[in-house]
Amino acid sequence: MSLGKFKFDKRIVLSFWIILIALIIAAPTLLPVFRLNLLGRYLSLSIVALGVDLIWGYTGLLSLGQGIFFALGGYCAAMYLQITSSSEFPNNIPEFFALYGVEKLPFFWEPFKSPIFTFFAIWIIPALVAGLIGFLVFRNRIKGVYFSILTQASLLVFFNFFNGQQKLINGTNGLKTDVTQLFGQMVGSESMQRIFFWITATLVIASWFFAKWVVRGRFGNILIGIRDDEPRIRFTGYNPVIFKTIVFSIAGGLAGISGALYTVQSGIVSPQFMTVPFSIEMVIWVAVGGRGTLLGAILGAVFINYAKSLVSEALPASWMFIQGGLFILVVTALPEGVLGWIQGDGPRNLLQKLGLKRKIETYPSLEVNNKEVNNE
Amino acid sequence: MELLLDSLFNGVAIGSVLLVAALGLAIVFGLMGVINLAHGELMMLGAYTTYVTQLIFKLPILKSFYNSYIIVSIFLAFIVSGVVGILLEKTIIRKLYGSPLETLLATWGVSLILQQFVRSVPLAYGTGLVISLIIGLFLPATFPPKIKESINFKYFKFSSWILAALTGVLTGSIISSTVSKLSRASARNVDVTAPSWMRGQVEILGTAFPKTRLMIILITIISVIAITLFLNQSAWGMRIRAVTQNRQMSDCLGISTEKVDIITFGIGSGLAGVAGVAVSLLGSVGPNVGGNYIVGCFMVVVLGGVGNLLGTVLASFGIGIMTDLIGAGRLLSIWPDMPLPLSNTINFFATTSMARVMIFALIVIFLQFKPTGLFPQKGRMVEN
Repeated sequence: MSLGKFKFDKRIVLSFWIILIALIIAAPTLLPVFRLNLLGRYLSLSIVALGVDLIWGYTGLLSLGQGIFFALGGYCAAMYLQITSSSEFPNNIPEFFALYGVEKLPFFWEPFKSPIFTFFAIWIIPALVAGLIGFLVFRNRIKGVYFSILTQASLLVFFNFFNGQQKLINGTNGLKTDVTQLFGQMVGSESMQRIFFWITATLVIASWFFAKWVVRGRFGNILIGIRDDEPRIRFTGYNPVIFKTIVFSIAGGLAGISGALYTVQSGIVSPQFMTVPFSIEMVIWVAVGGRGTLLGAILGAVFINYAKSLVSEALPASWMFIQGGLFILVVTALPEGVLGWIQGDGPRNLLQKLGLKRKIETYPSLEVNNKEVNNE
Repeated sequence: MELLLDSLFNGVAIGSVLLVAALGLAIVFGLMGVINLAHGELMMLGAYTTYVTQLIFKLPILKSFYNSYIIVSIFLAFIVSGVVGILLEKTIIRKLYGSPLETLLATWGVSLILQQFVRSVPLAYGTGLVISLIIGLFLPATFPPKIKESINFKYFKFSSWILAALTGVLTGSIISSTVSKLSRASARNVDVTAPSWMRGQVEILGTAFPKTRLMIILITIISVIAITLFLNQSAWGMRIRAVTQNRQMSDCLGISTEKVDIITFGIGSGLAGVAGVAVSLLGSVGPNVGGNYIVGCFMVVVLGGVGNLLGTVLASFGIGIMTDLIGAGRLLSIWPDMPLPLSNTINFFATTSMARVMIFALIVIFLQFKPTGLFPQKGRMVEN
């Protein structure tokens, strides 16, 4: 493990992991239920942030529509829970259907009776949808701002669709999960929430390793190449469309997992997950944490959401100002994010400016070479 | 026939709101490649300007001119949104030139701040702040050249900002003490009532058209004509077109791209303000009013292609007419005996929100065939 230029001893890395795992196991006893639940939710949001970092930080695709995949994962999980715990309702279908006079489970929900199908659907369906949207967009070499706008438009399409369809998915009200049953236990109960916390923590670590694996090696190099100079990648003989589609659907899959975990811990999934501000917020978590640093995405998601809940509890009106200011500040003053700043030359430059460290006087070309050596 | 006329009129009315809102966005995007996510909030400022103007015109001194407040507010909204836009360009967007995605995020931050601003600052003091911005930004430009070139110009600038701040505070407190509705901050929506000569309907060819809609169409037509004349006939318009086509070359030929950027951004933002006036006539005005239009505007820009106003015009009317045809289920009444599966599909999409779903899907399909919009800019660059 390395944090910038500092390479850590193997023993330090090992003890870091032991402490981390101990903290995760002990967290339910250390934190009150309310805070534990919040932490669990924020950890699940960090998985979607990892996806955003993969597509934006590494591949340079700014998607403003990750909420689609997040909500799709949430809906899959919630519908499974609703169906399995609907045995006492009329027609053996979830309660809300009766409100709209629906008597038979709509056909596309049928497979969600099976837990195994749901387990795969949570990440495969969002990944497939992302792959399809991505392929249609990338095939035409639509990129940059156009891509961002189109993802935002698709987000609105999905939002309007989910909002308007009461008979299929309960429309604006969304699907509740906290009173449903899973393996004979109430999903909203304390013991269940504790298990969900552990699952979330494990999955965050797993997806971190997965994302690290994705950006390593030639695949990762091509992604970075697409970000920095796409035509050159194309002229070298690679087809950027395939790589972009794959990475976009990976991000979609991660968003789906994240959405499912978030849903079971917050107790509801609704079209509110697909509003425009929420999807843009996902980008700011990554921007603050440090784009192109996977750890930064996780830390950014957790800390910003934690700050949001603290500020909103104390001064409800000021969060919008703070958030807006954060957007402007990060983009103009700290484009690499906090972790990127620490890993880069940030601290050294700061110390030099304060006069605490001597300036290195070299030729600019030497500095460039120096930087390359350090990055390896 | 009557039905068709009715449908066409509705479509044109929806389209003209979209057009006047997207016009500014299209110009700015065409010139700088910058997507301004705060465009909707600039519209909101325009709508609030209309509201404030209306209340001020209700004061006893101006009571006799009340009927003309809407005309005055169009100009005021242009100035207010334009000035806020210029400030935005000078402070943030200029620093991010060349990185459109970062600009997009920064302007989103601006839009959040503006939304919260109208919620938590009393409108009277908001007006005062805008007045001080106008004075502070433009007073130094009116000084004679002798002062401008002198070494002490920065002191003149500084003192004009102080003067501006004082004027702003003064007007803010005068307004807040005379108009009680503006003296307190509120997150609630406000309503703009059209003057009496704009209420009611006009009958043309046996169909009744609401006058407010006709007014919006008129505003749109005037804006489009004005902006076309400006771009094609004036010297600055020519410079703007030159920079849109090739920034480096224009810079080399002595065009001040910095000034062109400011002017374009100011005009684009000002047009957003004018769109705000139009929007305020349609429904109540709230902090989120811009958000309802902004994605539609983006779609117009994407569909119309960059750097061509004709594309913007066609795209907005196209989207407007389609929205009306699909959303109000008019296709069925125009063609009553269509086959059942088709009519079922059309009924499924016959609500406003589902019509949006359908139209965005159609746009994505359209972009499969013409990825750069209706009228793409021709170039030989790899990136184009």
